[in-house]
Amino acid sequence: MSTVISVAGLKKSYGANQAVNGVDLQISQGEIFALLGPNGAGKTTTVEILEGFRDRDSGEVKVLGFDPATKGSAAQAWRDRIGIVLQSTEDAGDLTVYESVSHFAKYYKNPKDPREVIDLVGLGEKVDALGRTLSGGQRRRLDVALGIIGSPEVIFLDEPTTGFDPEARRAFWSLIRNLRDEGATILLTTHYLDEAEALADRVAVINHGQIIEVSTPELLGGRATSLATVTWREDGLTKSEKSENPTALVSQLSSRFKGEVPELSVKRASLEDIYLEMIGGANE
Amino acid sequence: MSKPTALSIGIQRGGLEIRQFMRQRESVVFTMLFPLILLAIFGSVFSNQIAEGVTFSQYFVAGMIASGLVNTGFQQLAIMIPMERDFGTLKRLRGTPMPASSYFIGKSILVMLSMLVQVFLLLTAGVAFFGVNLPTSADKWLILLALLVIGSACSTILGIAFSNVPKTGRGASAVVSPVVIVLQFFSGVFFIFTDLPQWMQQVAAIFPLKWMTQGARSVFLPDSFAAQEVAGSWETGRTFAIIGAWLVVGIIWAIRSFKWERQ
Repeated sequence: MSTVISVAGLKKSYGANQAVNGVDLQISQGEIFALLGPNGAGKTTTVEILEGFRDRDSGEVKVLGFDPATKGSAAQAWRDRIGIVLQSTEDAGDLTVYESVSHFAKYYKNPKDPREVIDLVGLGEKVDALGRTLSGGQRRRLDVALGIIGSPEVIFLDEPTTGFDPEARRAFWSLIRNLRDEGATILLTTHYLDEAEALADRVAVINHGQIIEVSTPELLGGRATSLATVTWREDGLTKSEKSENPTALVSQLSSRFKGEVPELSVKRASLEDIYLEMIGGANE
Repeated sequence: MSKPTALSIGIQRGGLEIRQFMRQRESVVFTMLFPLILLAIFGSVFSNQIAEGVTFSQYFVAGMIASGLVNTGFQQLAIMIPMERDFGTLKRLRGTPMPASSYFIGKSILVMLSMLVQVFLLLTAGVAFFGVNLPTSADKWLILLALLVIGSACSTILGIAFSNVPKTGRGASAVVSPVVIVLQFFSGVFFIFTDLPQWMQQVAAIFPLKWMTQGARSVFLPDSFAAQEVAGSWETGRTFAIIGAWLVVGIIWAIRSFKWERQ
């Protein structure tokens, strides 16, 4: 797999605030990569440098072999190959969904069919609706349609499912997986840990301008080997115990209760638990 | 598919801009009808002759045409662009391969069309209701055409440049409109320019609206009236030189200051 996005020693400060302080990343072609981090962690700054919206102070950045800080007509050719879905926008309220999408198609050398893209993001029934009449989730899907109309090889998604209902989120996830299956590389920032878990091949946790860890969602923060919590009910009380060997504990409980253990559950740490622990730990 | 040119995308954007403009009914009414209302008020209140064969309406139509250049270009863009900046329109466009010039071509088309409609409405209403006389010589029409083209270009570019002054889209109208209204008072749109206090005339002479107004008077007023201008003549050469100079200032200012993102 070839490397599509590579970042080495990236730094950026705003006055005294070191927003990004030595970030390294390698993202391969066809990967869905999630960047997680609290507000102010350097997530947006990092992504905006990759998108060519911001200049960096130092470090090496390549997206599709191209330095995003380059200006001029070479940058235009590069922009033809990337798709950006920014955080919520409210523009083009006086244009219909079709007018917006078909107009954006004209900016690209190799656009997708506007009608197909509109159907793909699930706005088929809203094709002639004005932008300002769309709900929050529908607007977001229009943003996505505008971001992918140019058949991008790299897609940047910034908090893409904010305002979606659960069904729309699932539909959106399968759309993103399809784009990946067609060969696109996707860099996603999100606040939703379940989204990162459902979608991402790998996740990176960023805090205080530095990457704390890069891993698969299953292995992040030693999640697979973390202590399991066994919970059961005994003497009218809910009891729980953390254990390295939950199986042994359960079989011990089973013999103590002579069969069924009341309200038994065994839980591993969720991605969210691990994540909160990681950024909490880093804050200390 | 071959790559479209900046000009062809710009023309497409112009069509889109016009469509969006037409769908905002309030702003269509405000931009297009308000000058007509002013013409009706001033034309009715001041029905006197200000010189031999020159009605106040005739004088006022010249001023309103010059104002139309400022309203459709400077005022419209300096309010609209900060709003687009707030909405994320500009940032989104910046993230696409659309050439930056296409955006400005689209805006220029919108300004040009709204300016032409505005001038047409003013002249039609002036002739129909307020006895305004249209120029009779080809020379005067040619000067009017040049004034509309160069004046509108100047107004457009200054609107793009000034769009970086209002900090928010919401506040843009409050920043831009007073600038335009004060300039209109100072530049002899609402009053006879030579009746204004000296200092006001001198301040006005720095800015292009005074010269656009004077240029429009040279088209709509009889040449005998030129003697009553500040310099005793129409100063056509100086008029175009100063508007042209502001055009150049506007280009440099716009290139240096234009921002695609809210700061």
